[in-house]
Formats: sequence, C-alpha cells, structure tokens
Amino acid sequence: MLANVTLGQYFPGASVVHRLDPRTKLGMSFAYIMVLFIATSWLSYSVLGLASLLVIWLSQVPVKMVLRGLRPILMILSLTVVLHVFTSREGVELVSFWFVRIYSGGVTQGFLLAFRLVLLVLSTSVLTLTTSPIALTDAIEVALRPLRRFGVPAHELAMMMTIALRFIPTLLEEAEKIMKAQLARGADFESGGLLKRAKSLLPLLIPLFISAFRRADELAMAMEARCYRGGEGRTKYKVLKYSGLDAYAVASFVVISAVALAL
Amino acid sequence: MPIQLKNVSFIYSPGTPFERQALRGVDLTIADGEFVGIIGQTGSGKSTLVQLLNGLLKPTQGTVTVGEITTTDKGVRLRPLRQSVGLVFQFAEHQLFAETVAADIAFGPLNQGVAPDEAAARVDEALLTVGLPLEMKERSPFELSGGQMRRVAIAGVLAMRPRVLILDEPAAGLDPRGRDDVLARISALHRERSITVILVSHSMEDVARLVNRLVVMHEGGILHDGSPREVFRHAENLATIGLGVPQATEVLRRLRLAGWSVPAVALTLEEARQFIVAAWRERGGGA
Repeated sequence: MLANVTLGQYFPGASVVHRLDPRTKLGMSFAYIMVLFIATSWLSYSVLGLASLLVIWLSQVPVKMVLRGLRPILMILSLTVVLHVFTSREGVELVSFWFVRIYSGGVTQGFLLAFRLVLLVLSTSVLTLTTSPIALTDAIEVALRPLRRFGVPAHELAMMMTIALRFIPTLLEEAEKIMKAQLARGADFESGGLLKRAKSLLPLLIPLFISAFRRADELAMAMEARCYRGGEGRTKYKVLKYSGLDAYAVASFVVISAVALAL
Repeated sequence: MPIQLKNVSFIYSPGTPFERQALRGVDLTIADGEFVGIIGQTGSGKSTLVQLLNGLLKPTQGTVTVGEITTTDKGVRLRPLRQSVGLVFQFAEHQLFAETVAADIAFGPLNQGVAPDEAAARVDEALLTVGLPLEMKERSPFELSGGQMRRVAIAGVLAMRPRVLILDEPAAGLDPRGRDDVLARISALHRERSITVILVSHSMEDVARLVNRLVVMHEGGILHDGSPREVFRHAENLATIGLGVPQATEVLRRLRLAGWSVPAVALTLEEARQFIVAAWRERGGGA
C-alpha cells in the first residue's frame, strides 16, 4: 500500500540523459531556464521547444510521465493566457464586442508566456525524471559550495536532504505496520467526525514519532561512531565524474541556445 | 472457530513494477484448539499468511474462512473477525502509544465496545497472564524494558479475549530468559484456555517443543505439514531451504550417518540424551 509510493518521480533508465553527470544536468536546466527568459521571439521558442522534445526523446521516459508534470500548472497556464488576452492593449484590435476588446499583442504575449512556462516545467521534469534524488542532492551540494564562504552549510544541507529522502520509504513502511497492528486491535481510522478522526490517529502517530526519534538517535550515534564530523575534508565514495558525454551535451546546449537567441 | 484457506494466492501491488507474489495456491485447515507452528525463511509468505487470517489482507485468489466469516464476501464486517482473531505483530512493542500501560492494554477491549470497568478487569487479567506485576499499570509503557514492552503489547491483544491467537515472532530480539518465559506463557495459555494458537517463527528450536503441528512454508507454498516429528524426518530437505532441524535431531542424524542405530528425531535435548544412552548401552558401552 503505502510503501510503494514512488520517491520524487525518478524514472530509472540507462539513456544518454540518465548517464549525464547530475551537475551537468542541474547546470544545464538552470541555464536553459535563463535562456527561456531572455528569448522573446516565437522562432527562438520553437528552437528551444524542439530541443526539449529531442531531450525527452533521448531520455526514453514515456511522454505521458513527462506531461504529468504539467498537470499542477494547468490553472496557472490558463490564467496567464486569459489575463493577457483580455487585458493587454497592444497591437491590432482583433475583437471588439460589448466591453470585450482583444488585441493581437495580448494573444501573442499570452501564448508566449504560457509556452515559456510549459518549457520551464518540462525541463525541470526531465531533470527529476532522469536523475535519482540522491544524485540530485550531490549536484546541489556542489552547486551550493560557493555559498559556503557566506556561511551556508552546503554539505550539511545536502546530508540532511539525503537522510530525509532515505527515510521516507522506511517511515511509510513503519506507518503501515503500526496501522495494521492498531487495526488488529479494533482501531477505526475512517468513521466519525473530524475531531474523532484526528483523535483516532493518535495510536498511529505517537508510535510513529517515537520510532522516528529512535531511528534519528541511532543514526546519529552510528554516524558519530564512524567519526562523521561534517563536510570538512570529507571525500566521497561515489565521486562525480564528468565524461565525454557531458562535453557533448554542454556543447550542443551552447550551440542551440546561441541559435535560439540569435533568431 | 475453524480456519480454512482454499487455494489462496496473494500478490502485492498487482499490475505495478513492484508486483510480488507472496503466496501461491495455499490450502490449509486449522481446527479449534490446535497449536500450530508456521515456519519458513524470511520472504516465504508466513507474515502474509497470518494477515490474511484476520482480514488485514484479502487474498488475490481463493478464499479465507474463519468460523462463519469469509473475508472476501461482499459487505463482510471485518471488525467481529478481528475481535475473535488476535494478531500480535513482530516487534509488537512498536505499537504502544498510550500514557499508561493500563490505557494501552484497554485500547483493544474499549474498541470492541466493552464497558470500562469490564475492560479494567481484563487489563488485570492480561497483565497477570503475561507475568507482569499489577503495579505496572499506571506507569508509562515507554519507561519499560524491551521485554516488558513486548509483554504489554501481547497483553493488549490478550485483553480482547481472542479465540484464535496469532503471534508473529513473539520472541524475536528478546534475551534467552525472556524468550523462554514468553514462549512458556503462550504454551500455558493454549493449555488452560484451549484457544487456537498459531505461532510464526523461523526458529525450529523454539517451536519444536511447543506446537503439536508444524507447517513449513517455502516460496509462498506449504512444503511440509504434520507433527514436528514427521516434519523433522525431512532434515535434508529442510536444510536445503535453509531451515535446519533442532540441534537434538541434528545430533541423532549425524550419529545415524556414523552407523549408530538411534531414532531419527528428538525434539528436546533430554530426549536425545535418552536415545543416545540407550544406543550406547546396546553397543556394550559402559554406563
């Protein structure tokens, strides 16, 4: 039941996109978003859109899964289009009916913005679909490293994220076990009003918290016992390595962006 | 309440990448008052099997009938079933939640709709059954030792007065004395109240002495089913699935391989000793 929840939305695979270094992917996604905001013409967006499709195709992730990322922003998308279409007063007047006035500028602007949002979400979706959460945290640690001189604990933040990610399935499994144990003792999690339902969750939540704290304690102890003392001078078992693939990817990215921005 | 499983299969998360078949075509009948041990390696399907017995899981295929209730029937009410089939989970102490031991033990009976003073009486009775002093009632369950917590959790199920008691590895992680004590009390409970007891374990040693029927599970099916003596005759067979036999039987098996004429199976060390001494005398050895 609960234990089968997919973590994040990582879709395991061995495609070219999967094999890229997570730092490359993170950096390129970031750069891609910047390019998206600089670009203004339809032609530029077509090039960028085609590039996105190419990457999705290369990643071998089912298109349906990629598109699923768009569902939460459907509201924002329609709102963007509607607001622009009805409020903008630029360009040629297309429709004039009662108090509704639609101008060509508003239509293009609205759809351009919507398209920009779609591409933005698609690119981040591809990133999280093809990069495991742990690899992503590694990349984020590298990305945050320059901020250390301002007192940002890059390694510690990444470690906290990794631990949190690691324990989500464990806690879900634990919750399921406790829930079953209480059901076996005749607990009822479903019926009754809000207050009664909230109260009926106590026999589930209390043991869950206790076990979470116990696990945290044990983990801290185990890390301490193995001389963990933060990021200072720490080396990695899985060292991130750039490969030729990353060079190709970055080169293609630079060429495509340049073309897109020049158009 | 007789228990009957007919051609039961169970698949976890069917139709997803996580699909895993836990049981395949299991037929099993357990009569009233039996003391059954279910033994198998991790992943052999024992835990799935016992969760089917009180409707926490429903079979993907086949039927599970306990008394009059078939868990897959339409509109079946499972709560009466859960009241009569008490299930003590592995590491049961992890389910404790209440402020006092008494409140935790009373949780089950109160959910059943038992009146508060009757529930209080049951708390006392359950505590005595698991061998904990009544003074412990007002303490927080989280101050107790691991073994005591385990007993409180078992008491919480006993207080529901189940007619079938299922215990999943009740002795796991306890020290030897705690283990012997818990198992002895379960055995006594079976004798005195003549309820059906199903004991799940992967330790032959613990189970062999107690139960009168042994069901060996392997890869989701039943490999052997019979009295411990019958089952332990398949020592080689058990060894290949990583289960082994009690040490007493193992000693006799090796003696037989060395040409001694001793019986094939002994459930306790004492029994093995008698066999060996008898064989020794027969061979003309000294007393």
